[in-house]
Amino acid sequence: MIKKVVSVIVLALVIAACSSSDGGGSKPTDNFDRQTMLLNWADNIIIPVFQDLNAELSALVEAKNTFVTTANQTNLEALRSAWLNAYKVWQYAEMFNIGKAEAIYFSAYMNIYPASVTEIESNIANGSYDLNQSNNQDATGFPALDYLLYGVANDEATILDIYTTNTNAESYKTYLSDVVDHMKSLNESVLNDWTSSYRDIFVNSTGNTVTSATNKIVNDFIYYFEKGLRANKVGIPSGVFSSGVLYPEKVEGYHNQEISKELALAALKASQDFFNGKHYNGSTSDNSLSSYLDYLKTITGSEDLSALINSQMNAARTQLNTLDNNFANQINADNTKMTMTYDELQKVVVLLKLDMVQAMNISVDYVDADGD
Amino acid sequence: MGYNTKAYIQQKTDAAPLAVFRILFGVMMLFSIIRFWVNGWIDTLYIQPKFHFSYFGFEWVKPLGIYTYLLFLVCALSALFIALGFKYKIAIITFFLSFTYIELMDKTTYLNHYYFISLLSFLMIFLPANAYFSVDNLLRKTSFKTFPKWCADSVKLLLGIVYFYAGLAKINSDWLFRAMPLKIWLPSKYSLPFLGENIMQQEWFHFVMSWCGMLYDLTIPFLLLYKRTRWLAFGLVVFFHVFTRVLFPIGMFPFIMIVSTLIFFEADFHHKIIYGIKRILAPFLNTKIQYKPTYKIKRESFLVSFLVVYFSFQLLFPFRYLLYPGELFWTEEGFRFSWRVMLMEKMGHTTFIIKDAKKGTSFVVDNSDFLTSFQEKQMSFQPDFILEYAHYLGDHFTTQGHKNVQVFVESYVALNGRLSRPYIDKNVDLYKEKESFQHKEWILPFTDEIKGL
Repeated sequence: MIKKVVSVIVLALVIAACSSSDGGGSKPTDNFDRQTMLLNWADNIIIPVFQDLNAELSALVEAKNTFVTTANQTNLEALRSAWLNAYKVWQYAEMFNIGKAEAIYFSAYMNIYPASVTEIESNIANGSYDLNQSNNQDATGFPALDYLLYGVANDEATILDIYTTNTNAESYKTYLSDVVDHMKSLNESVLNDWTSSYRDIFVNSTGNTVTSATNKIVNDFIYYFEKGLRANKVGIPSGVFSSGVLYPEKVEGYHNQEISKELALAALKASQDFFNGKHYNGSTSDNSLSSYLDYLKTITGSEDLSALINSQMNAARTQLNTLDNNFANQINADNTKMTMTYDELQKVVVLLKLDMVQAMNISVDYVDADGD
Repeated sequence: MGYNTKAYIQQKTDAAPLAVFRILFGVMMLFSIIRFWVNGWIDTLYIQPKFHFSYFGFEWVKPLGIYTYLLFLVCALSALFIALGFKYKIAIITFFLSFTYIELMDKTTYLNHYYFISLLSFLMIFLPANAYFSVDNLLRKTSFKTFPKWCADSVKLLLGIVYFYAGLAKINSDWLFRAMPLKIWLPSKYSLPFLGENIMQQEWFHFVMSWCGMLYDLTIPFLLLYKRTRWLAFGLVVFFHVFTRVLFPIGMFPFIMIVSTLIFFEADFHHKIIYGIKRILAPFLNTKIQYKPTYKIKRESFLVSFLVVYFSFQLLFPFRYLLYPGELFWTEEGFRFSWRVMLMEKMGHTTFIIKDAKKGTSFVVDNSDFLTSFQEKQMSFQPDFILEYAHYLGDHFTTQGHKNVQVFVESYVALNGRLSRPYIDKNVDLYKEKESFQHKEWILPFTDEIKGL
């Protein structure tokens, strides 16, 4: 009799032990193939985004080289427009904080704003700095260039003087050059990792565990929407977290003075396109979070979440469009419009973080403790 | 009736099943604590968080900093002593106190099965689980072959209540007629070998699992009680618990329940286990023990009356939710300590707004500044957590120099696949609300209906 009990228990334990493995490689055969979602993200969205960013950063490097050789107003304008082009593509890349990007803190080196003017100026004055050091995260990337290209002096003529007649002109040019090259090399390492090995790891990680690709990317996506878009671009500058103390100087592209809305709109579009699985190059869409939600709806018969999320994102866009091109102006003129935009974005966060995650029953990065 | 009761109280039973139960219980508890420790959970759950959620009335129970490890050590050692039957009485009291203290430190980690362990270890304080096959026998050179039947039966009764009440709780429209929350949980197990990609995605399977789960919980205590169905029942117990262990992150609980149900088996089964252990330990067991027939319980009639009260409480307490208005799953007033297991897929998104009552200025709190992600998750959909945290924030910002602090909450909760809805009245200053056993008026009403128990 004891043998019976023991064998029943042993058998049960073996089943339990076998089944708790990830079971990654097998292909789902139900109506929704989750791997097609990963393939669409990797091949039609993520890799094309990093490739495009690479192209834009190459153009930026070229424009920078021209400007460093011949510092004149024409070349400065060309450099600025290359910077803006790359910055807009960056809005599509920031959310993919996975793999190499996560390992090297890619987004922290690319887009922590406002950049620290003191840090940048002291680096230039000292001439010795390591841009890969974490304390230089707020002295690199797009925000540092925003300062160097638009904020380093009060008017156009004086900005050019900094790179021509200023006694420190060479140091400024060297720093500008180093920052651009640094950005290019970081993106290259992320892109190369995707194209050489990470893509296959990513598309084959189909499980539903905290570390699987779907779960990580969904977490990244929500985090980007909540922090990168809602809080950083709108909430923090408009004083949502600071008792009404306004921080117009904390808007994205502060020194440029006319692109904060353009960048926020790009970020919103990037988020919505990712949600809908829209290819980065072209207008076709394949499996993504919206189609996964549609599939789950057929099982649970619940609300049409993908439609609700899309319409709330559209509502946020409408609100965003009412703002001044320069959020700093908007904050100083009529901040309530900013907080209204924040509220619309917040509604999207609730739908994503709560309704979508619940429908997908995704293990998010909570502490792994037992349930009952 | 009076005669029957008296006759029942006087019945004796073999002491072996409870002895085996004691050993397995001690070993399981020891492993659970080691596992908890090895997983690093003492640190992540009790030492790292800045703030801990307390049970109403037990605010004085807090983690002990680095000495929390000592507390777990004490708990683990007492579990070992229980298994050995060494200084049993002191060991089981120590275990009950240390384990319960651990569970009371932070209600974020509340699990029904932890509550079960506390109740069971409390009950075992009064049972002569060391009467037979224990180190205490060796020390006293006496052992007892039998003791009153109610001693073993009370453990069976507690197990029976847990199962039966878990079954009763499943008699509700969400579970039976919407197959919720299994309809959400099972399709997400797509990477399970063999089953994940097909059967887990089928609606009929979700309904089958819901109904079987309910029937299983309601009938298993009775199937275990009758000799003819006992093996079938045990097979079901093993299958059911292993299956749930595969699907859900429920730790040691399935194994604890599997070994616990062994107490329903006849004594000869347990004698074989003991004989097996004795053979291994033979070289060390040279003490002569005098076997006496019956263990005499001190103040037995008092103890029996006390246990009647104890079990009456167990039977009534899960129904306390009837005293509250509103939907139980929504308000959770009377939800815990009621064997309501795996009934809900509930999530919340809750943000706190600190307002200066005079100036009218306000700001939003970043919860991750104060809570771990696990705490934030649990706080977001449970009103008592929300209230306690609101007070913590109010106190915190007041000591930081903020004036006229008011704490408002913007909270959305989604329950069993329903679209998220506003959960807390955002016009109520929670800093002024007090915790109590009264209904919390500031919970917004549930807009749907869930019928059932």
